[in-house]
Amino acid sequence: MTHYFDTVIIGSGLAGLRAAIEASKYGSVAVLTKLYPTRSHSTAAQGGISAALENEEPDSPEWHFYDTTKGGDFLGDQDAIEVMCEDAIRTIIELEHLGVPFSRTPEGKIAQRRFGGHTRDFGAAPVRRACYSADRTGHAIMFALFEQSELHGVHFFPEFHVLDIVVKNGKCIGVITIEIKSGEIHTFNARATLVASGGYGKVFKTTSNAFASTGDCLSILFNTGLPLEDMEFFQFHPTGLYGLGILITEGARGEGGILINGKNERFMEKYAPTIKDLAPRDMVSRAIMTEIREGRGIDGKDYVYLDLRAVDKKIIEERLPEITTFCKIYIGIDPSDAPIPVLPTAHYAMGGIPTDIDGKVLKDEKGSVVEGLFAAGECACVSVHGANRLGCNSLLDTVVFGRRAGIAIGKSLKDTEKQDISKNTVDKVINNIDGLLNAQGKEKTATLRSELQTIMMDKCSVFRNEADMEGLVKEITIIKERSKRLGIKDRGKKFNTDLLESIELGHLINVGEVIALSALQRRESRGSHYREDFPIRDDENWLKHTFAFKTERGVEFRYKPVTITRFKPEERKY
Amino acid sequence: MKKYFFRIKRFDPEKDSSPQWKEFTVEMEPTERALDGLIKIKETIDGSLTFRKSCAHGICGSCAMKINGKNGLVCQTIIKDMPDTITLEPLQAFPVIKDLVVDMDPFFSKNELVLPYLINNEPPPERERIQSPEDQGKILQSITCVMCGSCTSSCPSYWTDKKYLGPSALLKAYRFIFDTRDRATDERLKRIITHHGLWRCHSIYNCVEVCPKEIDITSHISKLKRMAVRKL
Repeated sequence: MTHYFDTVIIGSGLAGLRAAIEASKYGSVAVLTKLYPTRSHSTAAQGGISAALENEEPDSPEWHFYDTTKGGDFLGDQDAIEVMCEDAIRTIIELEHLGVPFSRTPEGKIAQRRFGGHTRDFGAAPVRRACYSADRTGHAIMFALFEQSELHGVHFFPEFHVLDIVVKNGKCIGVITIEIKSGEIHTFNARATLVASGGYGKVFKTTSNAFASTGDCLSILFNTGLPLEDMEFFQFHPTGLYGLGILITEGARGEGGILINGKNERFMEKYAPTIKDLAPRDMVSRAIMTEIREGRGIDGKDYVYLDLRAVDKKIIEERLPEITTFCKIYIGIDPSDAPIPVLPTAHYAMGGIPTDIDGKVLKDEKGSVVEGLFAAGECACVSVHGANRLGCNSLLDTVVFGRRAGIAIGKSLKDTEKQDISKNTVDKVINNIDGLLNAQGKEKTATLRSELQTIMMDKCSVFRNEADMEGLVKEITIIKERSKRLGIKDRGKKFNTDLLESIELGHLINVGEVIALSALQRRESRGSHYREDFPIRDDENWLKHTFAFKTERGVEFRYKPVTITRFKPEERKY
Repeated sequence: MKKYFFRIKRFDPEKDSSPQWKEFTVEMEPTERALDGLIKIKETIDGSLTFRKSCAHGICGSCAMKINGKNGLVCQTIIKDMPDTITLEPLQAFPVIKDLVVDMDPFFSKNELVLPYLINNEPPPERERIQSPEDQGKILQSITCVMCGSCTSSCPSYWTDKKYLGPSALLKAYRFIFDTRDRATDERLKRIITHHGLWRCHSIYNCVEVCPKEIDITSHISKLKRMAVRKL
């Protein structure tokens, strides 16, 4: 079946929905999602969305701008960071007007709390900048934007899995999908395509990410020859529930929770004397792993405690109800009475599809754009988060740059001719699917996926080094070869998740390989990327963005300078 | 590790004329989730077993099904709290697509009837609309709904009348009617007091019993009923 829309948006998380609302003012909009819209992973965001509202104490967009730049270890492009922080207040007020049920101060204003790396007076002390709806902020914004999208007449295509994004002669002309329920191929011809497909945490074994976060669209675009930027920078959130990786919001520390080691020491005092437990995530994750490596985990084991016992019970009840439930259900403890065992969990991709500040996808490090193709949200790299994202800045990123992409799309429509995706292109995709469906190989999707996730976690997470990663790259190459000999059990047409997981596996391998190769070539430590063999940040050689390209000779790298407008790189201390 | 038995109601639309029970045995840690059991079966025994999943911690609402006779999320069901045999069926009252996957369109489409968005045509203030914590408290439970469908699927009134709005859509109506920032109460009330609306709720409380977010849905609906009697 063939569809025609002015704009096709892949992904129904916050970036996709915010863009959809905007683009719907200019023409018809289709939103494709491999889940149901309200199931997108934005809904799992807990702690808040940042803006210098000053509802609780003095704050300024300029401090926010500084914190974001420093939090990202000076790799973020400062023109983009400034755009985001300057637009933050307007964005939150707009969300409130659209119906988002933010938690309130006693006077009825939007309540705010402390979050990692957000400070007043350029690092002097933590500041209340995180606007929240208890610990379900993503969920609250998600529903408001979904409801508004429906009001704006956006067409939703739930459970449509993207198989190909068609880029022809430097121009994107639409998307080829499979309707999961029927197994039928649906082609969407579009004047503009926005990729807002979210993250790819499932490349790692322990992750806070949903099963759906497999990086399909990044992998598809990479295969067409388009670059991926800064893929070596992947954030490990310090407080994943031990053994499960389920996220325990940084808001827990924002409300007064502290981290303690096996000797009952508040160890963050050592690593970040000024803001302690509210240091940026990369530093806290490294601190936890260091404590564990040096034998100071709880009972010498591989976890530490997040201790909320000193936090007022009423605050836990009102502001952290969801994580309290998680703790009760999954590990059988009440955080008011017992400390929570935690370990870093793969959480957020700073890298992704390179874009300009209007969501236009870049085809090279020089800034040339791909006509008709846009990206926003976690899958994109603007780059505002640099080498390490601050908590609460991801939701802000999705809404600010989702809206900007929607406006840019609207303006681009009148100059873009509609072009049909050729039957040939569609047939090629159908052949691939048929090939997989009839494959008689001996390799199993689940086995290869689990092997990939395990080696990525072991060799390319919080601490990295050359020898490990060289081994990793070799192992990924072997997994890639083996993945050509897959055999799947389900040969049916309808709702074939066996097939879809096998397609996702290909993307995970592809993305894992780019992460590993990008990490291997960056011989310095910056933000989330920590090299044991090169532990120092090297601005002279590495103050630049990595652009990875797939070529006939393998993956090749080029570089783009960092845009520095306001804050000169300085030593990162907290 | 301990052995657990899964009895699963399966249906392949391309092969079966009616659903069939299949049994699987898997070894699991007692602290694992029922969802982990399903994944283990799919990965090691039968790759064609079909079910929805995404966040795996009770916030996306994908994996609702009937678990030992009672609707809930398999990602929130810990094995040690269950008997050794775990019986899984698709959500009742929605059309089955395959195995444990049902068509959720009839469920989501009910929402549209209650105008599920904040309506306020007054010129917005420069800053946020003021809402006291007490006023926000009135909608606090209702905003935690994840739209998993457990409630509507468990409702006997819905079983007999597929046009009935159902608990989830009524809860959505409540969420906006009791939001002090909203201005469309009368219009929404008119929409929900129709033949297939509010009065079809006979306070059976099945929805409350199954809601994985522990929302007291029936009491919310009762408040709507009281308001409808008073206003209309």
